[in-house]
Amino acid sequence: MSITTVPKPIAGTSSFLDDRLGAGNFLKRNLRKIFPDHWSFLLGEIALYSFIVLLLTGTFLTFFFKPSMGEVPYEGSYEPLQGIMMSEAYASSLHISFDVRGGLLMRQMHHWAALLFIGGMMVHSLRVFFTGAYRKPRELNWLIGVLLLTLALFEGLTGYSLPDDLLSGAGLRITEGVAISLPLVGTWITFFLFGGEYPGEDVISRFYSLHILLIPGILLALITAHLILMWVQKHTQMPGKGRTNENVVGAPFYPAFMVKAGAYTMFTFGVIALLGAFAQINPIWLFGPYTPADISAGSQPDFYMGFLEGSLRLMPAWEINIAGFTLPMSVLIPALVPMGIIMTGLALYPFIEQWVTGDRREHHIADRPRNNPHRTSIGMAAVTFYGVLWLLGANDELASFFHISLNATTYVGRVLVFLGPAIAYYITYRICLGLQRSDAAVIGHGVESGVIKRLPTGEYIEVHVPPNPGIEAHMRGKAPVPMLPGADGDGDGERNGVPPKQLRGPLGRLRVKMSRAYGGEKIPLDDGHGHGEEHAAIGSGEDRSLTH
Amino acid sequence: MTDNNHDIEQPEGRVPKRVIGTPSPATGTSVLGGDERPGDRGVPGVVPQSEETARKGERIAAFCFLLTLLGGIAFIVSYVVFQVGDIDSARTSNVALGGSLALALLSMAAGMVVWVRLVMPKYNMVQERHTMASDGQTREYVTETFKHGVDESGFVKRPLLRRTLLLAAAPLGLVPLVVLRDLGPRYSDFPEKLRHTVWGEKTKNGKPRRLVVEGTGAPIRAADFNSPGGILSVVPEGYEHDLNALAKATLILLKFRPEELKSGTNLNWTHDGIVAYSKICTHVGCPAALYEQTTHHILCPCHQSTFDAADGAKVIFGPAARPLPQLPIAVDEEGFLVATADFAVPPGPSFWERGDAEATVRENGGHA
Ligand code: HEM
Ligand code: FES
Repeated sequence: MSITTVPKPIAGTSSFLDDRLGAGNFLKRNLRKIFPDHWSFLLGEIALYSFIVLLLTGTFLTFFFKPSMGEVPYEGSYEPLQGIMMSEAYASSLHISFDVRGGLLMRQMHHWAALLFIGGMMVHSLRVFFTGAYRKPRELNWLIGVLLLTLALFEGLTGYSLPDDLLSGAGLRITEGVAISLPLVGTWITFFLFGGEYPGEDVISRFYSLHILLIPGILLALITAHLILMWVQKHTQMPGKGRTNENVVGAPFYPAFMVKAGAYTMFTFGVIALLGAFAQINPIWLFGPYTPADISAGSQPDFYMGFLEGSLRLMPAWEINIAGFTLPMSVLIPALVPMGIIMTGLALYPFIEQWVTGDRREHHIADRPRNNPHRTSIGMAAVTFYGVLWLLGANDELASFFHISLNATTYVGRVLVFLGPAIAYYITYRICLGLQRSDAAVIGHGVESGVIKRLPTGEYIEVHVPPNPGIEAHMRGKAPVPMLPGADGDGDGERNGVPPKQLRGPLGRLRVKMSRAYGGEKIPLDDGHGHGEEHAAIGSGEDRSLTH
Repeated sequence: MTDNNHDIEQPEGRVPKRVIGTPSPATGTSVLGGDERPGDRGVPGVVPQSEETARKGERIAAFCFLLTLLGGIAFIVSYVVFQVGDIDSARTSNVALGGSLALALLSMAAGMVVWVRLVMPKYNMVQERHTMASDGQTREYVTETFKHGVDESGFVKRPLLRRTLLLAAAPLGLVPLVVLRDLGPRYSDFPEKLRHTVWGEKTKNGKPRRLVVEGTGAPIRAADFNSPGGILSVVPEGYEHDLNALAKATLILLKFRPEELKSGTNLNWTHDGIVAYSKICTHVGCPAALYEQTTHHILCPCHQSTFDAADGAKVIFGPAARPLPQLPIAVDEEGFLVATADFAVPPGPSFWERGDAEATVRENGGHA
């Protein structure tokens, strides 16, 4: 049953719009835009739809929330706190929780969506990193992504402080302690932020403007730019049959991708609603109003702040006094260095990689992580660094759970934060090469079919069959990691003639060395292994091809 | 074991385990080679669903959408039926509202997935990509146009125009910064404010300020605070609810046997084995609220800085770099504990202008 005439409302609207906007041309180009399919491409969408939930639930909350630090006696319906003095912010958050129908749901959904938003962004950026999807022409979108991630941390921090309960106040106090430790500008920043001394009477309303207007506005603009760039540059695709650097293979935007995206939106919304209904989060009524004199033991920040908490905990005491001025290094280093390493590292990686490989071509086929082992290992080292800090952010929980001494967890953490990334690098590198070898084996020798055959000589062999063409194409999508022109070949580049000018000098030589280590083909796909030893070689991590 | 794959016909129905990292068999492919069927990932085209599948899909999707309808109605009904007003009713309402909303949203999602998968055709369409860069001619045109524009505008040729414009923009650009100045007080106030607490101020009637118990506001009679190992959280009289004052002036009060106190503690500032330390951690300012009686350790729950209370609250573990400042205390004529002076050094987290206040105190023999 195909329709022969377009229904009137659709035809009418589209000609109305076309007459006024020339929408037809745009639609002609874009209705059947092709979107490739892979589960990992959905990770960014989680973040996107969670952001929409944040906007919707957050707007609801603003209708009832009072961003004021004026002290009032609590007169709402939560008995344990009745008559207690508290800020209007806290009182109104309690009001939302107990006296507004759907208020508790909106608060809990807002908080869960915030976790999903940031978590989704983190996993999405890992996908982009490990598949090399940040390469030319997508560097700008990568930078927008890094900015989004950083801003989201601040958005979460300001939001977490709004309800002004004892737990959120502890977070605010730490924020203040860190800000005031900054050399030269620390006291300025804190006195300006708090309108005077901590805690003052202004910070909640100032955070409120940041949280509901300024930062979401910037986030929205950046997200829009992110999506437009994605649309214009088209999605990357996984290697596979019929997929090249010059095409996109998949389903059209209209109608298939549109409905799929709709389904995914509904799914994300639904999961957040489910969490908001059944998984309690931030039960602020249990914590009581904020006072700088008290704290509840075992208080934990939201997960995305855990790595900062961990690095503050790990740092040994260190303070420098010079010429009457103070540098509290045991605050400055843990608060700035890990975040700086991670964010700057993320932002610069595409450009450093380009510098090392000399690769200026466009890339639209995603790398399988194994096929660029150094990148994957660097990524895993960074993940481990972050992970150790994050775990140490809960070292008191770890210590009591495993019945070990608290101080021991700190000492172990101090070592692990350096050792862990190195080990992760080494192991990941080996795993990548192992996986490359097993790909080479599949291509070179076929797949074990599970059928055992007896040869006339009496020997038993397992029958190998050629791999499915789709999978073979997926594997053959591998390309050597690019290298500087002067860097390939054995030995030092100089032997292959005089290197270009920018590769001379110490920096140039370092660049060539790095390029040689980073680039090239570690395990060629069609490398014929000797029979018999093949299976021992796969995945054994045996170091035949480690080039450095 | 040989890579012997020519003379053997393909085994049927045997699907070996998948190769790690390749698409899963669930997407319609197995690792083994085989005939390409239309609808396979590899073959370009649009393959319609059989009418049978499509009809099945329609029925399932319709069922899901009806569930969404039910969920939506249930939400509205729950909103009307379940009133809130205390913790239990708020919880009930929350579960009813959230549960019905989740039902509506998730079944809508399920219905749409079925719609795409079973009713719409299988797509494997190919679209060409073009390099992002425009062609040389276009670039040249843009460069030329740009140069023309520069010439026509006179921006380069007429320096007076250019320079006055840039000059004029400078103060204008500073305006947004300048108007932010009143976010904070005068700079000369900052370090001074951070160095003093309300313990240094006398009360209205000119008497030293009493220590009162946090929460109850009761003054503390030294004779009553007499069991060694005792601990109290203490705030300044008259400032029990002033958060700004509390952020610097909150204390922990501890009672020791005289022989337990070590040299780090200034005995002149104690009264009968009672010692008062700032409760505000010298790391980043959390209240150092945990106390272990047997070891005399004060522990800050935030980053676990540990202070030895018997020895001037010096740091024995963790990121805090300085001891918790000790407050000089004594008793007034009625026997209540009072502060005899402010802290000799600024309490709380370090800041740029702080300097090594402890060293100054040592040099001056115990005075700021
Ligand atoms: C963009 C529009 C947004 C608006 C209008 C908004 C509004 C609000 C309001 C009014 C509160 C106080 C809630 C309460 O009473 O508990 C709040 C809390 C919060 N917001 Fe937002 N928000 C928005 C976006 C975000 C985003 C993008 C994030 C995360 C990255 C976020 C994270 C938080 C958090 C963690 C809380 C504390 C919630 C709680 O205590 O349960 N918000 N937000
Ligand atoms: S604030 Fe006390 S250890 Fe960090």
